[in-house]
Amino acid sequence: MTAEHPMVRLTGVAKRFTKGKETISIFDHLDLAIPRGDFIAVMGPSGSGKTTLLNLLGGIDRADAGEISVADHRIDGLSEGELAAWRAANIGFIFQFYNLMPMLTAAQNVELPLLLTKLRSKERAERVQTALSVVGLADRTKHRPREMSGGQQQRVAIARAIVSDPNLLLCDEPTGDLDRQSADEILSILQLLNGELGKTIVMVTHDPAAANYAKRVLHLDKGRFVERELAA
Amino acid sequence: MNDFDLVRKNLFRRKLRASLMIVSILIAFMIFGVLAGFYRAFTAGEDAAAADRMITVNKINFTQPMPIAYFNRVRAVEGVRQVTFANWFGGYYQDPKNFIMALAIEPNTYFDVYRSEFEVPPDQLQAFTRDRGSAVVGESLAQKWGWKIGDRIPLNSNIFSQKSGGHTWDLTIAGIVKGKAEHVDTNFLLFQYPYFDETRSFGKDTIGWMILQTTSPENNDRVAKAIDAMFANSTAETSTDTEKAFGKAFAAQFGNIALIVLLVVGAAFVTILMIVGNTMALSIRERTREIGVLKTLGFSGPRILTMVLGESVLLALLGGIPGLAIAALIAMALRTSLSNIAPTFAVSPTIALQGLALMVALGLITGIIPALNAMRLKIATALGRG
Repeated sequence: MTAEHPMVRLTGVAKRFTKGKETISIFDHLDLAIPRGDFIAVMGPSGSGKTTLLNLLGGIDRADAGEISVADHRIDGLSEGELAAWRAANIGFIFQFYNLMPMLTAAQNVELPLLLTKLRSKERAERVQTALSVVGLADRTKHRPREMSGGQQQRVAIARAIVSDPNLLLCDEPTGDLDRQSADEILSILQLLNGELGKTIVMVTHDPAAANYAKRVLHLDKGRFVERELAA
Repeated sequence: MNDFDLVRKNLFRRKLRASLMIVSILIAFMIFGVLAGFYRAFTAGEDAAAADRMITVNKINFTQPMPIAYFNRVRAVEGVRQVTFANWFGGYYQDPKNFIMALAIEPNTYFDVYRSEFEVPPDQLQAFTRDRGSAVVGESLAQKWGWKIGDRIPLNSNIFSQKSGGHTWDLTIAGIVKGKAEHVDTNFLLFQYPYFDETRSFGKDTIGWMILQTTSPENNDRVAKAIDAMFANSTAETSTDTEKAFGKAFAAQFGNIALIVLLVVGAAFVTILMIVGNTMALSIRERTREIGVLKTLGFSGPRILTMVLGESVLLALLGGIPGLAIAALIAMALRTSLSNIAPTFAVSPTIALQGLALMVALGLITGIIPALNAMRLKIATALGRG
């Protein structure tokens, strides 16, 4: 089942960027399958295409060729509007710099994706409380980002990413701006989300210690993957 | 939380900046409200003008008199339903500073011609027409001076004198004239022309202007031509026009109010448009990353566009509505002291609605470019990824 219906499937994906008169090929013919429930760390040198890969998986950038499927759903042919709706329902994003809205409280930041649903206010509040409980911030609902540490802000960002119960979590250097202790807390939460809640996670990182929390590490180099299994 | 909360919180994330923008918009709409109120007051006569009413004046200008004999000749013109006339008195009460809009009128026909505007109780009208030394007073003027029926008013003129040499006419108030609508000005005193003509020292048997009512507005042109042709090549040629055109010409004596309103409000608006537009653009540019995040979360381009436009419209409303409210308070405060030159000075519901439409337009114009930029923003660019 998992092998035939992976969470993510890239087939013959090509992606090029044009800078002035120069065209840079990031991927030429990239194939990738990520099983459901997997936790993958993507590593590689700067410019190897890690972030571009996340952008393609999250539907915030388009491939020049090839097919991209997430949860058996082709996304490479969707319009901008369809992609926005699809992202809201299927993808949770976690960024390096948290990207919380400074004027909103923790609860309001977490509630943002739910504004795109038809849930009523009370149901939204319940979901927000659950998500904040999962990341251990149930008592910080009324705090604004500037009143929280970097680790706490990232936990709010994780709560925001999971509050609409997406299939796939895409994490771009989620611990890149944190101290070791906070980073370990965040990675433990990601492990929990993967192990206990079955979320499929793709995490881009430069940090080998962070990569050790994943089930698999994919090394991206010159547009190709080199896989390394990790010990549990 | 909903989209409106997001819009509101975004607007006030920099409180000082938002407050300054609101204050500048408030001032613009305060100016708009006051000037539009003045404009309305000066053109109230035009608005109140009946389509079937015309004014005949001396062709030289309306301050020059015409023979009273014209009155009966005009009555006989085909298509004329009723005619009345009036003469400017140049009145004041006790002190020349206390200007009174006083007219000597033809008592039997005047209120017939103005029956759609003014209301005088029949017994009071009868008392007025019976007593040559009586006057009727508009409700506003009566309230202003505390006059009531039976009071004797010494009315002075800064133009006319009596044959006896005095400048004062003693008049008994026989009735109070009420306006049939809110915008009708009742800041006047009317007394009998026969009494005035009999007692004045010069200008006997002349009148200021005639007000005539046609049998139908369709006859206006023909009636006007017939009257003016009748008095062509006489010592007092006439000019007959609709009451609306006459009111407009009268208001033009104070300058082109419409042009003044347009220029002042226009200058204020263009300035504020540039300030608010630039500030909105700056504010949205500062939030590029956050807009990218919202789009990443699934907020569509059109929804972002609506939110940014909502922010600029909300800003305009938050500044504009208090601005209009302050203008209304200013109008209320000044109404009494300006009652002689702008008796209906007020921020009317129509002005308020026009102001609201302007606020929405201001919000949309200042917000549209930042909103379109936000809508078109590529997520990867906004997040600095890719």
